[in-house]
Amino acid sequence: MTALLQVTDLRVTFAAGTAVDGVSFTAHQGRTLGIVGESGSGKSVSSLAVMGLHRNAIVEGSIVFDGEELVGASPSRLRALRGSRMSMIFQDPLSSLHPYYTVGEQIAEGYRLHAKASRRAARERAVEMLADVGIPSPRARVADYPHQFSGGMRQRVMIAMALVCEPDLLIADEPTTALDVTIQAQILELIKKIQEERGVAVIMITHDLGVVARVADEVMVMYGGAPVEHAPARQVFKTPGHPYTRGLLDSIPRHDLGGGGPLQAIPGSPPSLLTPPQGCRFHPRCPIYARASAEICATERPAFIAGLACHYPGAAT
Amino acid sequence: MILYLGKRVLAVAGVLLVICAVTFTIFYVLPTDPAVHACGKTCSSEQIALVRQEMGLDRPIHEQFAAYVSGIAAGRDGCAFPCFGYSYQNSLPVWDLLTDRMAVSVSLALGAALLWLTVGVLIGVASALRKGSALDRTLMAGTLASASVPVYFTAMILLLVLVQYLEFLPYPDYRPLTEDPVGWATNLLLPWVTLASLYAAMYARQTRSSMIETMGQPYIRTARAKGLHERTVVTKHGMRSALTPIVTIFGMDLGGLLAGAVITEHVFGLPGIGQLTYDAIFKADQPVMLGVTLLAAFFITVANLVVDLVYAGIDPRVRYA
Repeated sequence: MTALLQVTDLRVTFAAGTAVDGVSFTAHQGRTLGIVGESGSGKSVSSLAVMGLHRNAIVEGSIVFDGEELVGASPSRLRALRGSRMSMIFQDPLSSLHPYYTVGEQIAEGYRLHAKASRRAARERAVEMLADVGIPSPRARVADYPHQFSGGMRQRVMIAMALVCEPDLLIADEPTTALDVTIQAQILELIKKIQEERGVAVIMITHDLGVVARVADEVMVMYGGAPVEHAPARQVFKTPGHPYTRGLLDSIPRHDLGGGGPLQAIPGSPPSLLTPPQGCRFHPRCPIYARASAEICATERPAFIAGLACHYPGAAT
Repeated sequence: MILYLGKRVLAVAGVLLVICAVTFTIFYVLPTDPAVHACGKTCSSEQIALVRQEMGLDRPIHEQFAAYVSGIAAGRDGCAFPCFGYSYQNSLPVWDLLTDRMAVSVSLALGAALLWLTVGVLIGVASALRKGSALDRTLMAGTLASASVPVYFTAMILLLVLVQYLEFLPYPDYRPLTEDPVGWATNLLLPWVTLASLYAAMYARQTRSSMIETMGQPYIRTARAKGLHERTVVTKHGMRSALTPIVTIFGMDLGGLLAGAVITEHVFGLPGIGQLTYDAIFKADQPVMLGVTLLAAFFITVANLVVDLVYAGIDPRVRYA
């Protein structure tokens, strides 16, 4: 299977420091890649780099989209791809929609630009898209403003906007984080349904393993600006290879295990990107290091081999 | 919408009435005796008493006030609607004095406003888009300097350089627009630039901070994610939001200036409302001062109302209740 998107050894550097270093992943048509990590782990930075949306940042490495290298591509070439062949939806649909324009105008805007559609055709298309994402009476609502919609409906509008030009790649950056739990499930269902119908490749960025469990085919877990584990979803949940992944799974309240005991938390806090820890970036919080106090964890950064970046593979399970 | 507008117009009338009452009371309690001013220097005390009676100054304050307000609304004996009384200095109706000078102040205010709005917004947007650059720092230093210099100083420098030394422009001498449009513009150019240099600086700084804030909003990222050209992102998505607060201050500033820019008019010898105010204060011409105060209050409250209406046109989240 040829990859739609192939990211190799991505590195994103801001004036303040390197946010992402050594990230590689692929996205395939009709499949979902889940990227999981805490705030500041570099998951959003990586996806914004794919979209070419970083300003004032140095992006290095390789991002090949459908056979075309995007690192170093001209701004006009990136503009032509953005919104037409690759789209993105964001965390907070209210602040991500312009408060002064109707949802119809905002959905139609990208379509008019990329499909060179007339105003009227673009409006019809917007109505169609609203219907597709399950907004009741779309013909009436197309003239409403974002503040007149509920949170879940707004995220549907965002999805309609992202899909208006039938993109091949959809990046969803925490699409359910700002929503109620019941609405979250509906939005995930919608994304899944759209993926099945249109065969788009989805990159689902989230800090919520529950979301990943629901939609992802494979999972990449990131920590401190780099991947620590990358494996098929089932494997990650069943036999996590990295102590950080293990920690994340243990920190989820589970009814099915009959629980009742206190939740397991990962001690400490995420590393600073300005002064990352020497050696393995996770070692100050790592139970293996605490138990074995292995010298190598504090001095040498583990290589990413066979989907895992750990000096003690297998010790976590 | 019509109900809302009706309510707002009533509110404007209410505010004007309150301002009128307060100003009227202040003048009533002032130690200056209007009758002495109206009668003249050589009047005997009997004559002054007669004048006082004639002017109704011997009546209680609420009767005087009622007479004044009804005069504005409907006119009085020998004083046509709208009657703001007569100037003590030359016995001309205050309303005529105001209307005669209105064109000058309106010309000055509108011309300067056009200038400062254009220049201020352009500088602000350019600065915001290149935040931290040499251009940004230069422009912001320039606007800080420009905003710090008093109007009379700018006026003097401009007069000295452009009129005195370079003889590039004539000394401002107001010409009505209807008679001599070119003369109108060339003679008002200096006052326009003087006023605008102050306001443009403030608007540039306000626009810059507003624009920087807007360009950091998530919906700007959404616009970029659509593949829009940066030009479209800046103008259609950025400036539309960033200029909303500018509309508010613009309404108030313009409203305030329409009733006369006292210092600018005085420095350039323009016969506008500001000049009238200046003279009225020095000659303790109370009816004129009262008239000018009400005119200024009228312009500001109406400008405020217009701003609120325009706001609803810009921001759909604002709805009339």
